[in-house]
Amino acid sequence: MADIVLAASGVTRDFDVSRPWLQRILAREPRRTLRAVDGVSFAIPRGTTLSLVGESGCGKSTVARLAVGLYAPSAGDISFEGQALSSARAQPALRRKMNMIFQDPYASLNPRWRVRDIVAEPIRAFALLRSEKDIADRVAQLLTQVGLAGADGEKFPHEFSGGQRQRISIARALSSEPDFLVCDEPTSALDVSVQAQILNLMRDLQQRFGLTYLFISHNLAVVRHMSDRLGVMYLGRIVELGDGETLFRAARHPYLRLLLEAIPDLAMVGRARTPVGGEVPSPIDPPPGCPFHPRCPLANDRCRAEKPAHVVADGVEIACHAVEEGRA
Amino acid sequence: MALLDVENLTIEFPTRRGTLRAIDGVSFAIDPGEVLGVVGESGAGKSLTGAAIIGLLEPPGRVAGGRIMLDGKRIDDLSQERMRAIRGRQIGAIFQDPLTTLNPLYSIGRQLVETIQTHLGLSDRDARARAIKWLEDVGIPAARQRIDAYPHEFSGGMRQRVVIALALCAEPRLLIADEPTTALDVSIQAQIIALLKRITREHGTAVMLVTHDMGVIAETADRVAVMYAGRIAEIGPVRDVVKTPAHPYSEGLMGSIPSLEHRVERLRQIDGAMPRLTAIPAGCAFNPRCPAVFDRCRTERPELLPAGATRAACWLHAGGR
Amino acid sequence: MQALARFLDSDFLYSFRRNPVAVVSALVLAICIGGAVLAPLLAPYNPFDLASLSLMDSFRPPAFIADGDASHVIGTDDQGRDLLSAIMYGTRVSIFVAALAIAFALTLGTAIGLVAGYLGGAVDAVLMRIADVQLTFPAILIALLVDGILRAALPREFHDRMEIWVLIFAIGIARWPQFARTVRGSTLVERGREYVMAAQVIGLSSRRIMTSHILPNVLGPVLVIATLNLGLAVLDEATLSFLGVGLAPTEPSLGTLIRIGNNFLFSGEWWITIFPGVTLAAMVLSINLLGDWLRDALNPRLR
Repeated sequence: MADIVLAASGVTRDFDVSRPWLQRILAREPRRTLRAVDGVSFAIPRGTTLSLVGESGCGKSTVARLAVGLYAPSAGDISFEGQALSSARAQPALRRKMNMIFQDPYASLNPRWRVRDIVAEPIRAFALLRSEKDIADRVAQLLTQVGLAGADGEKFPHEFSGGQRQRISIARALSSEPDFLVCDEPTSALDVSVQAQILNLMRDLQQRFGLTYLFISHNLAVVRHMSDRLGVMYLGRIVELGDGETLFRAARHPYLRLLLEAIPDLAMVGRARTPVGGEVPSPIDPPPGCPFHPRCPLANDRCRAEKPAHVVADGVEIACHAVEEGRA
Repeated sequence: MALLDVENLTIEFPTRRGTLRAIDGVSFAIDPGEVLGVVGESGAGKSLTGAAIIGLLEPPGRVAGGRIMLDGKRIDDLSQERMRAIRGRQIGAIFQDPLTTLNPLYSIGRQLVETIQTHLGLSDRDARARAIKWLEDVGIPAARQRIDAYPHEFSGGMRQRVVIALALCAEPRLLIADEPTTALDVSIQAQIIALLKRITREHGTAVMLVTHDMGVIAETADRVAVMYAGRIAEIGPVRDVVKTPAHPYSEGLMGSIPSLEHRVERLRQIDGAMPRLTAIPAGCAFNPRCPAVFDRCRTERPELLPAGATRAACWLHAGGR
Repeated sequence: MQALARFLDSDFLYSFRRNPVAVVSALVLAICIGGAVLAPLLAPYNPFDLASLSLMDSFRPPAFIADGDASHVIGTDDQGRDLLSAIMYGTRVSIFVAALAIAFALTLGTAIGLVAGYLGGAVDAVLMRIADVQLTFPAILIALLVDGILRAALPREFHDRMEIWVLIFAIGIARWPQFARTVRGSTLVERGREYVMAAQVIGLSSRRIMTSHILPNVLGPVLVIATLNLGLAVLDEATLSFLGVGLAPTEPSLGTLIRIGNNFLFSGEWWITIFPGVTLAAMVLSINLLGDWLRDALNPRLR
């Protein structure tokens, strides 16, 4: 059996989006919940990258936060290194094995802290090193590993460009010597040439330290570049999950196929294309049956009434009646 | 004759530590019905150029040199008043965030009718009929019913459609679209791009499309200008700039974009970052990051030179080293 | 040295020097505070020294009008105190009370705001409703109430001895909700930022996140409110003293001086109330103008 670092099974997360108590009582409204993540299952083998891709509101960032224990699941289980995530999080020795890289390089570093203190924070929190001299040496080493100069530790975050800040963020994530990194849209705020630097750096670090990534992105091209396995999310559910290359070469779920069709690409100079119609429905009030049916060209009565279950075919998990019935 | 002719445009920001030159000698032209894509990374000056053309430069920024001609008439030295009349009637604008363009207090119908009446002088009835037609045109379902709805009642994608209708309803001859799809989801983005393309072609509107997304440019633009540190690095037909870029910066930029078509082990990367305005290198601004740099690049600034089908500001095209 | 050089070159100082209102306000305030702090050295007389007072000297008009006496530049009050000295000493008392009261309100309000904003839920709801209820009453009413309760609760003699501390406590209690609300608002914003999430991922305690991550980032607006409230606290103290529940006339604050003078305003001895009044107004106005400038200078969007 493969060595699984993180596994989720049937994970669901609800948020209470009711209005404040008093207003709710006065208006006689019931509580309202938003199901951001709905029965998501996946496993990430050691040293590989699982990417989750989808449009805004699909729940991918919620999954990222569930995976590092920032949120607790409303239902389902997450396990880390074979233990329940909550008990793994309670042990510093295991907790330091996971860390996170964030989307916004301007918000993810405390503006009042010097870079050396930002990078050293996990080292101090887990007491990995005791003497200030050792910590300073380690911080300089980490900064060099991500392509900055050791002396940059003296500066404040605002003295750096977006790409450099993301490097600092990566150095901080690496400082607890993790095995597993959750990367929540790490390059979506960066310019393309800088994005390439960061993606290359992340790949290098993965090879060097045997890191396992959960990589969250809305950009299919970035995802293709980064992932071993790929999950496509729509309205809180993973609609297609499988080997990345297989999915890109032979996408089967109508949503992924339409997405691939819709994305502007350099290779498409001057070509016309058919965009996906409609918009993502509100997760507060999702359509019945398959959540994609209002936009799906293959939808029939069954799709409008019945939520499709996950079916495994050729190593790819798909939740689609049309695929299951051979209509796609 | 070109519809828009920007000549040697220079934009400066006076600060307490001296004057910063954000745009430095930018020249380009757009023909009627043509789509010019302007790409570059943040801080390259692409949005500033757009803002200068529509006369919406934020102070203390100012046009310090060059001129902007619309249809043979100079517009960069007009009064606020005259410029306001030109904005909307002759130049339409679309910005990244539809909410900055739409007034949240008025129904979309009222905003459309007002714009149509101000610029085209139609009667109430005709203007309203025209507004409904525009909403249908940009793909708002049930336009007749939704015309009296307020901006917040629309989703992000629908709002951007309304903004497009608002920008084009006075039938301007030039449209400045600044990152019109950046805030939208990919599937919506494709719809908006297709819409923009169709509508501007139908009306023969010239478009200056400012974006950082090369994919969008590749699919939409006829010609493309690549900007770097306040100057145009390369300008030419989109196919040539994308497939066979002549400037090392455009080449690096294209190579750094991950592709959907195939997977590579490593992306091409341009090391370093674009210089800050306070520290633009001497010679070619790209020289510290350039893989093909030689002595001349460090001392002498290149102007746009013919380079195959495009023009590139690079000494490699000055007839050998 | 390096920090000083950085400060001298900062945008903050630059924006100060470019704003004449701020510069003049700072100057007026510096004179008020300087005069108050250095009163024992600068003041011609010691008005708190009861032995030196003589009723013979009472109601002397200012030196610049007829019957004036050069030894009392702006005249004397009903007790024969030199008014200039009384104002300098009185300002000293007023600033002392206001500064400590605001320091107290700031500490209490910031702590409550941090906890409410970071923990949220029921804690937040309870703390903020208390603040809301208190905000519906004018601060001066709260201070009067607190002062009254303490007057009744504490033994008379003890209360008299602790009078100034009671005043500080009363004004401080009356002014915490504004700090709490502001800090809570900023905390809500900061709590959602990714650097806080980064600290949560490595498992830092809530207390540590609040104090070392969030607190330094919410202090900007607190500073502005503290400045604006300092002016209000000076007024609170003056009002309470004017109403007679503040400090004793033996060691008069500005408010006490104004109250005393008010009795003689219509009998021709206008200077006893006007000069302390003008001092108070100038000081509060310059604090407020300085606070306004500070708010703009710290707001990056207005730069």
